[in-house]
Amino acid sequence: MNVNYMFALISVTVLGLLAYFGVETMGLKSIFGVLVPYVAVTIFVVGFVRKVMNWAKSPVPFRIPTTCGQQQSLPWIKQNKIDNPSTTGGVVLRMFFEIVTFRSLFRNTKAEIKEKGIISYELELLLWVAALAFHYSFLAVIVRHMRFFLEPVPGCIVLLEKLDGFFQIGLPIVMLSGVVLFAAVAYLFIRRITIPQMKYISLAADYFPLFLIMAIAGTGIYMRYVARVDVVGIKEMTMGLVTLHPVIVPGVSTIVYVHLFLVCALLAYFPFSKLMHAAGVFMSPTRNLANDTRMVRHINPWNPEKKFHTYEAYEDDFREKMIEAGLPVEKEA
Amino acid sequence: MVDEMTPEEMLKIDTNPPKKDWMDVPADFSPGKFPYPAQPKSLEYLGFPNPRDWSPAEEDWKLPENWKEIVINGIRERLDKYRSFKIFMDSCVRCGACADKCHFYIGTGDPKNMPVLRAELLRSIYRGEFTTAGKILGKIAGARPLTLDVIKEWFSYFYQCTECRRCSVFCPYGIDTAEITMMAREILQLLGVNIHWIMDPVSNCNRTGNHLGIQPQNFKEIIEFFCEDIEEITGVKINPSFNRKGAEVLFITPSGDAFADPGTYSFMGYLMLFEHIGLDYTLSTYASEGGNFGLFTSSDMMKKLNAKMYAEAERLGVKWILGGECGHMWRVINQYMSTMNGPANFMEVPVSPITGTRFDNAAETKMVHIAEFTADLIKHNKLKLDPSRNDHLKVTYHDSCNPARGMGMLDEPRYVLENVCNNFHEMPENTIRENTFCCGSGSGLNTEEIMELRLRGGLPRANAVKYVHEKYGVNMLSCVCAIDRAVLPPLMDYWVPGVEVTGLHELVGNALVMEGEIERTTNLRFEDLPEKEGDSDE
Repeated sequence: MNVNYMFALISVTVLGLLAYFGVETMGLKSIFGVLVPYVAVTIFVVGFVRKVMNWAKSPVPFRIPTTCGQQQSLPWIKQNKIDNPSTTGGVVLRMFFEIVTFRSLFRNTKAEIKEKGIISYELELLLWVAALAFHYSFLAVIVRHMRFFLEPVPGCIVLLEKLDGFFQIGLPIVMLSGVVLFAAVAYLFIRRITIPQMKYISLAADYFPLFLIMAIAGTGIYMRYVARVDVVGIKEMTMGLVTLHPVIVPGVSTIVYVHLFLVCALLAYFPFSKLMHAAGVFMSPTRNLANDTRMVRHINPWNPEKKFHTYEAYEDDFREKMIEAGLPVEKEA
Repeated sequence: MVDEMTPEEMLKIDTNPPKKDWMDVPADFSPGKFPYPAQPKSLEYLGFPNPRDWSPAEEDWKLPENWKEIVINGIRERLDKYRSFKIFMDSCVRCGACADKCHFYIGTGDPKNMPVLRAELLRSIYRGEFTTAGKILGKIAGARPLTLDVIKEWFSYFYQCTECRRCSVFCPYGIDTAEITMMAREILQLLGVNIHWIMDPVSNCNRTGNHLGIQPQNFKEIIEFFCEDIEEITGVKINPSFNRKGAEVLFITPSGDAFADPGTYSFMGYLMLFEHIGLDYTLSTYASEGGNFGLFTSSDMMKKLNAKMYAEAERLGVKWILGGECGHMWRVINQYMSTMNGPANFMEVPVSPITGTRFDNAAETKMVHIAEFTADLIKHNKLKLDPSRNDHLKVTYHDSCNPARGMGMLDEPRYVLENVCNNFHEMPENTIRENTFCCGSGSGLNTEEIMELRLRGGLPRANAVKYVHEKYGVNMLSCVCAIDRAVLPPLMDYWVPGVEVTGLHELVGNALVMEGEIERTTNLRFEDLPEKEGDSDE
């Protein structure tokens, strides 16, 4: 029980209840079904762009890639072109592997002092697996949900649904991405509270998105497999939103509004939170630069004027002693 | 303190975080826990703010009245100047991948030495002063008010980071605590909070051209003593030139190697190598420092101290610069030099006069690392070597942090080692190359008063050496950094007695069969060579 995770849990609960009672009791369907989504998406887009532009406004004065692996050197020495790239192509590859396969997490080890005083560094890949599972299942879920905003539904989404429901479990067919998403988020949360160091460093802002996404996934799973909500009615509403002719369909259950509200909360929260790492990963100067700084001159836009202790001043200080020691001098004494 | 604690006791490290929230745990300034503050005279000489006598152990640090404003403006200025700073403040998701990657965390168990939390020390202030969520929600958003205790905590923990960049290897976004530490140290400078062991070398380097304050006549003398020793050992008399105009190459190496062993033996190795190949080079008493403690101070100071290299190369009219074995020197040269002080149009793309190899990877900066240079020589069979002279040594190689993670010079030194000694064993994979562990005393922390911290910081490195010492009988630790050469000996004496420390070129010097040399009976340390009787008392 700590204040950070309690605050996050309570916040998400309050948001859910707000939407539930707002619609169920107070009938504010237009607020939760039209106004909030438009506001949330606007905040997301504007906020995201502003944050990225704010980062871009600051220059990169020095090229500081973290070099992993052998540098470009003599022709017979094999360079690690992905982890220590010296060309743009190499950087693109490095970034590709980082963003698509979370390459850095694949190196993760766990340090432990064993008996006899040996420190071991065993590979610890659970974090990598959970992170990949979480992000990819989330991507799959989002792409599948695009069927609500596109008519006719593109073939690639139908294909994804077929792949997602490959094992044809249950009816409606269980979409693996939803299950994996929920499981992965749950693991990430449990990890945060059971590893003592993780719990020590975690803020409310670390638990909040986890609870929020769990609630979103949870309500989604409930809607599809338990409540079996009116997807036709829902699509009418979502198409209305996307064509800027919003409509409220009476038969759509309250739980749909709750799910939608939680998604809107996530969208509105995104630009002000650590979730901006989504953009940050592309712009990090320790990853997206080539290690070519001995080969090509990079300009620092605020490079200050050169001011240093010149040889002339040095010789002025030491001339006599230098002459005595037989060192060459510019000016005789 | 350290004298009383045995290695077994020091290994008992409690990794359980304290019960109290980290924001409520004050920094520890008991004796031995902090490096001595800078002396007023160094700061006055450099024109740095707030020179005064003070001690971190005292309550009053005598900061300027408007210290809060200075700090906030300092953060704002650096956010505007460095995109890295902004992104590193905003992108951390507290995944914890970095947490147990830092040698100081492994060695102390102090959670604020986890890179993630070290960054939070600064990030929590950033949130409170610069972000909407932080300003509105305060502590629950991970923000905290800027108090004097925060400044004290910054001093404690940003001088427990050696800017080795190991954490940034494991972070999914490459968040580099070294960069954050540099920002924090720059901000602390603005208040006059800095340490003697950095500011003294910095002011020496400005005045005499090297961190140790060696004056030109003494520098010449020291090198001449080396040449006397070399003559005794090899029979070859070397006459190096100093400040000589028109030489082809300017050689710049860390002053630590002119001053203390075992670095001095590597210096001897350089001199012997250059003599053997007939390199047309000169040393310089003005540019007598490869290192740059400005890197640990501020970007302005780094630029200022680095400027003399190009200035001297231009004055002497050399074609290119050869650099010696120094760690942080090469991060500065590789990543910062041409941007700060270039372009070096008065020099040419380096070409080895012996092999004809063009060092294209140094085409702009015009500086070649001596390991690159020597590896090239060996590949082209330009050196006569007798590795059996190093047979009594079972060598392992420590990748110094900055050449590894700020450059990627990993295979060149290994190639040299494999050709100058017959017994070479690598330490475990997770402790070498880009995963290499810092010596524990980098970035200006190689000072006596924090020895316990240094021994703890160096624990992971020492532990890996112990492993190969016990498994293969390794008795010599080689590296390419002058700070390493100064600090690894006490580290080895404590954790792995029986292992000595060397640079790379000492081993080259031992193995080199020079033109006209006498039969070698001792190595460069005047120790008898194996199976040979020799006059080893001098």
